[in-house]
Amino acid sequence: MTCKEFLALLDDMIDDSVTAEARAELDAHLGRCAHCEVIFNTTRKTIEIYRSHEIYELPATLRDRLHAAIMARCKKAC
Amino acid sequence: MPTIQSIAGELEPHPDVALIARVRGGDISAYDTLVRKYERQLFRIAQHITQNREDAEDVMQDAFLKAYEKLDQFQGNSKFYTWLVRIAVNESLMRLRKRRTGKMVSIDEDIETEEGSVPRDLADWAPDPEQNYNQAELGEILRKTIQGLPQGFRIVFVLRDVEGLSTEETAETLGLSIPAVKSRLLRARLQLRERLSRYFHRTKAVKNTGVGK
Repeated sequence: MTCKEFLALLDDMIDDSVTAEARAELDAHLGRCAHCEVIFNTTRKTIEIYRSHEIYELPATLRDRLHAAIMARCKKAC
Repeated sequence: MPTIQSIAGELEPHPDVALIARVRGGDISAYDTLVRKYERQLFRIAQHITQNREDAEDVMQDAFLKAYEKLDQFQGNSKFYTWLVRIAVNESLMRLRKRRTGKMVSIDEDIETEEGSVPRDLADWAPDPEQNYNQAELGEILRKTIQGLPQGFRIVFVLRDVEGLSTEETAETLGLSIPAVKSRLLRARLQLRERLSRYFHRTKAVKNTGVGK
């Protein structure tokens, strides 16, 4: 497997949607290619960081205000 | 041939289905529950697309109102949440168009066509690199980094990886083919990874770098 072939399957590997056969080939490539190992680990970490840190939080007071406004507009539209 | 009972047993109806039926029957408190359930997600998505807090507030309100008014058009073939997200994405893009008066804004904007290049950066990250920054610094890094992505990549990454939609749902929401979503997702992930490497690189991840100052 080449690095380009590895990259084509990177997302499927991260999303755990590869066949056992493909997984074995990908693992074998990772075992001998430090470059792809870094790409794989840091890409997975990138997703994990964005998933676990809410970067646009909705503060409780704003949330309550918007929620009330939405429901008032919906009631008016009834 | 499966019986009706066995099908019902296999496919548990989504909890939103009962709430929507109640709203259609005139029970607005059921809509209150749906809004409460999804308002944070819609706000996040709108802010990711518009990159403006006031616009995100307006989009969130308009999207819920539109969904309420058009609830009869919701067929139930897709999840209510996916349908809602599609409305919010369209509202966000419309809001951007208004801001950039006259200029077309679409999810195809800024998409380059080059495919398949292997990233050259070999630098590994520090273990738990986010620990090298405080919450405010990290938030600023993550915001700046994702804002730098082309819009068509950013939306796919947000829906698929941050909000947890499936590839199929993301494709349906954005009106894209599944291969297009997959291609954009890979490139979004790789570009974010490369940009974050500047901050999380094993030797460069130094505390108090003055990010956002």
